[in-house]
Amino acid sequence: MASTTTAFEKARAEDRAALIGYLPAGFPSVDGSIAALRTMVEAGCDAIEIGLPYSDPVMDGPTIQAAAQQALDAGTRTRDVIDVVQAVAETGVPTLVMTYWNPVERYGVERWATDLAGAGGAGLITPDITPDHGGEWVEAADAHDLDKVFLVAPSSTDERIAMTAAASRGFVYAAAVMGVTGARDATSDLAGPLVQRVRATGDIPVAVGIGVSNGDQAAEVAGYADGVIVGSAFVRALLDHPGDEAAGLAALRALTEDLAGGVRRG
Amino acid sequence: MRYEADERGYFGETWGGRFMPEALVKALDELTVAWQDAMADADFVAEFERVLRDYAGTPSRLYHAERLSAQVGARVLLKREDLNHTGAHKIRNVMGQALLTKRMGKTRVIAETGAGQHGVASATAAAWFDLDCTVYMGAVDTRRQALNVARMQLLGAKVVPVESGSATLKDAINEALRDWVASVDHTAYLFGTAAGPHPFPSMVRDFCRGIGDEAREQCLEQYGVLPDAVAACVGGGSNAIGLFTAFLEDEGVEIHGFEPGGDGVETGRHAATIHAGEAGVLHGARTYVLQDEDGQTVESHSISAGLDYPGVGPQHSWLAASGRAHYTPITDTQAMDAMALLSRTEGIIPAIESAHAVAGALDVARRLGEEKGPDATVIINLSGRGDKDMGTAIEWFGLGDAEGEAEPVVATAPGEEA
Repeated sequence: MASTTTAFEKARAEDRAALIGYLPAGFPSVDGSIAALRTMVEAGCDAIEIGLPYSDPVMDGPTIQAAAQQALDAGTRTRDVIDVVQAVAETGVPTLVMTYWNPVERYGVERWATDLAGAGGAGLITPDITPDHGGEWVEAADAHDLDKVFLVAPSSTDERIAMTAAASRGFVYAAAVMGVTGARDATSDLAGPLVQRVRATGDIPVAVGIGVSNGDQAAEVAGYADGVIVGSAFVRALLDHPGDEAAGLAALRALTEDLAGGVRRG
Repeated sequence: MRYEADERGYFGETWGGRFMPEALVKALDELTVAWQDAMADADFVAEFERVLRDYAGTPSRLYHAERLSAQVGARVLLKREDLNHTGAHKIRNVMGQALLTKRMGKTRVIAETGAGQHGVASATAAAWFDLDCTVYMGAVDTRRQALNVARMQLLGAKVVPVESGSATLKDAINEALRDWVASVDHTAYLFGTAAGPHPFPSMVRDFCRGIGDEAREQCLEQYGVLPDAVAACVGGGSNAIGLFTAFLEDEGVEIHGFEPGGDGVETGRHAATIHAGEAGVLHGARTYVLQDEDGQTVESHSISAGLDYPGVGPQHSWLAASGRAHYTPITDTQAMDAMALLSRTEGIIPAIESAHAVAGALDVARRLGEEKGPDATVIINLSGRGDKDMGTAIEWFGLGDAEGEAEPVVATAPGEEA
């Protein structure tokens, strides 16, 4: 699997931003999450972010936490996440895992990197690991050519943004608001300046996450960022159709197409 | 051996650290600098000591429990943190953090609480320092500690029940962290125990270390010797680290932490994190964690809401791993027996948390008494009073029926025939 960089290069060649879609593995079931993520790929996502369901997700809002808890209650295991990665990566779209650190440490950092790379995964997004406390992961990721996607926030100092951008591979995740994940009515006015501050440090792509839920918001963010990350809105599309897989997938497809249109307008 | 954390917050190079979202790093860095500056500022330290003395009521007494001592054949000393304002050691930590909050110019505090002791202490500090206060509390805990919820509300705090996860302390911490991410520019997080990301484990310890500093001085002054052992209960571990710190360099002093063994470690229903947990990352620090083979946090259990936490402060993990301190589980039954024993022999109703320390320490005292004679000395940190736990005690012992008598309870030290 190529680095997520390939998705950004493709989008840049088309003079647009990339669309990155998120769902937790195992939600609404392991097979259901594979079907949902493949639908998102078919409908226009340029890269996929697969959440590893975790019991104590500090950065997640209620929508994603509810989905992750549903996945855990249904018995989703770390090994299942690798299987979902494999099934989605087979589409050829760069596929990352977003995970809190403890499940990786418990699985074994080297074993995790080996299995993720073996499944075709592109790398990790680590919301509770910063480069200065992530030495073990940095080493394993480098050994396996996996992307290291670290976050920056509006509160980050310029020094930390430079350090984070230098340590990242694939892209830098710009958390657009000071807050947890979740769809919001208005996009953040903190995101644009944050993207500019990352850009000032080099040419690594910058994707904006947290808060985007429709095509118009995606278009707005695409006006200044290299990528638009959407999570809670996709989760919501499935949560709104419990027990009706066909309706959930149809909603996902429609949302993806709306967002994909948005990044092309931006 | 180095017991302090290094500049990145690691104890013994492994335990602690800062596994936190980038959004909070600036706030944690600012807090680290502010705390270090404050502790190096004689005026701040003097003001902190004045507040504790005049308002919280420290130094707390070091009390010789003579009847208990006679039962175990050793000198048992109780560090009476239960006599502090708000009834527990927690007031030391929150007054320190609230004073720091004022110094940093912030106007709002948030806190998490399990039993409610830290919540009540935080609401108290907020009232005294004129700060807005929101307390997150697991919904399960709001039901079993309704009196403390009312106390916090009366003190002017907003209490938010947390329904997510197991709806207990760990989930209250998650929710408080989420609040903090969104409010960090004007809000301080009064962390309730010596856990979490750097600098909280070291900062909370420093605000609580008066417990041990006082006890050490009092023991030397009153008896002319250092104790042979010190003992405290360990949930997150703030009262324990507050006691232990003064004695870490005293190699002749045994250090004992007593963890909540719940129904018994072998049943799986417990919160004995060091005894039965594995190294992992929870709430921003690498420490011992009760977790399954996938690294998912396992729900903990203790009859004491204040100890019902699947993690532990990272310095305790280091003290356990290095062998300097010993950690032993105490079951719910042992703790409740010790609660009754202390009540009936000394007229002191302890918090159930503290009763864990009493239960375990009496065994230590008995052993030391046999080895060294009746002058063998054990200091038990009586971290809180039992008023808040009367509902649990009524149910456990079948109390409250004026016509009848309570079920007989163990009136001798644990391990002896009743």
